[in-house]
Amino acid sequence: MIGLYHPADSPLHRAPVGLKLAVLLGAMVVLFGVGGPVVVTVALVVTVVAYAVAKIPWRLGLAQLRPVLWVIGVAAGFHLFTSGPQHAAVVAGQLLVAVALAALLTLTTRVSAMLRVFETAARPFRPLGVDPARVALLLALTIRCVPLLINILGTVREARQARGVGRNPLALVTPAVVRALRTADELGEALAARGVDD
Amino acid sequence: MTQAEIAVDRVTHRYGDRTVLEEVTVRLTEHRVGVIGANGSGKSTFARLLNGLVLPSAGTVTVDGLDTRRDGKAVRRKVGFIFTDPDAQIVMPTVAEDIAFGMRRLKLPEEQVRQRVAELIARFGLSGLEDHPAHLLSGGQKQLLALAAVLAPEPDILVCDEPTTLLDLRNTRRFSALLETLEQRVVLVTHHLELLENFDRVLVFDEGRLIEDTKPAVAVATYRKLMT
Ligand SMILES: Nc1ncnc2c1ncn2[C@@H]1O[C@H](COP(=O)(O)OP(=O)(O)OP(=O)(O)O)[C@@H](O)[C@H]1O
Ligand SMILES: [Mg+2]
Repeated sequence: MIGLYHPADSPLHRAPVGLKLAVLLGAMVVLFGVGGPVVVTVALVVTVVAYAVAKIPWRLGLAQLRPVLWVIGVAAGFHLFTSGPQHAAVVAGQLLVAVALAALLTLTTRVSAMLRVFETAARPFRPLGVDPARVALLLALTIRCVPLLINILGTVREARQARGVGRNPLALVTPAVVRALRTADELGEALAARGVDD
Repeated sequence: MTQAEIAVDRVTHRYGDRTVLEEVTVRLTEHRVGVIGANGSGKSTFARLLNGLVLPSAGTVTVDGLDTRRDGKAVRRKVGFIFTDPDAQIVMPTVAEDIAFGMRRLKLPEEQVRQRVAELIARFGLSGLEDHPAHLLSGGQKQLLALAAVLAPEPDILVCDEPTTLLDLRNTRRFSALLETLEQRVVLVTHHLELLENFDRVLVFDEGRLIEDTKPAVAVATYRKLMT
């Protein structure tokens, strides 16, 4: 889900990142602050239209939602029992729209452009000792580390299955932590080699 | 004028009380230098000494007149380093962004950065992958990206620590063919002996000592004898 920029020629791709972020933030405030069936319905329609405007293939659009569907399902299920079907539908709609809009931002924005915005946003804090370039680097590394960690967990899980080790979570965590630490070590070395000095 | 020379002078290196390199002295001026030896013989430690990632416990390492201990930053600018695992050296989320990384740190003008990124992407066969998430590349593509990214800020020397160990035969050949085209001086640590055929000089390490320093054919023969 992260870093999956989908190149296309659309007004949403051309819009300044700062503006997109502001709109996203505003939409979230209305969506969760005001809420209610009407707002959520309108938001759903607007989201679908926005995806169409951005020329995102519908398959790719749906793929953005797949990883969070179970979370939404659990949340909706919970509300179904505690506060009824209408509220459950509203909650599900809110979460769906929130994820879809956030995904739309990453689909229409290059990571580099996003990083530059954060770098600019961090600039006023320079007198407080904040290094804007470092903030951007930190964010980039965070984005970079998610697939690395997922990859490590996947490899360790496979190795564990291959050796027939049971469901003991310690057997997953220990080698995963060891590998993650080693990868962090190597990444640190690579950063130093590429001129990031502490 | 300082001469173009890597000078390793009576270098000993210890991790704790374990000596992994002992009294190594060597001067490298050649265009292509290979480094071979058994696992644990100290090759990686030697390679890391050349750009100051590892500082010697005793002795000095200077690169074109710059001491790795005193001028670490300048040395790292001069010496690019390629690691074995491409995954661990790609630091930015996308291909273009990772290539631009080193140049951005040097605060080069944006126009120049863009042009150089485009150039390297074409040269390294990564066209069309500019905004592709780096983690979705194949292992071979990742190592090509790592090479492009390290070359982007134009180092004078390239040190590679087993860059092809995790690659298949085709990518190994591609990587070494690209390496051959570089005008930079290259120090290549490898277990792929066939890559060293046309090298100017090959060093053989054994248990922390530099035991042979000669032409590739002779060095490889020494190494093979060592392995029996
Ligand atoms: N950070 C470290 N801390 C402690 N010991 C280390 C460290 N790095 C390497 N060593 C030890 O130093 C010795 C030389 O290691 P080095 O990595 O230089 O060997 P190498 O020739 O590159 O081996 P390989 O072919 O396996 O990569 C090894 O015995 C290793 O265990
Ligand atoms: Mg090694």
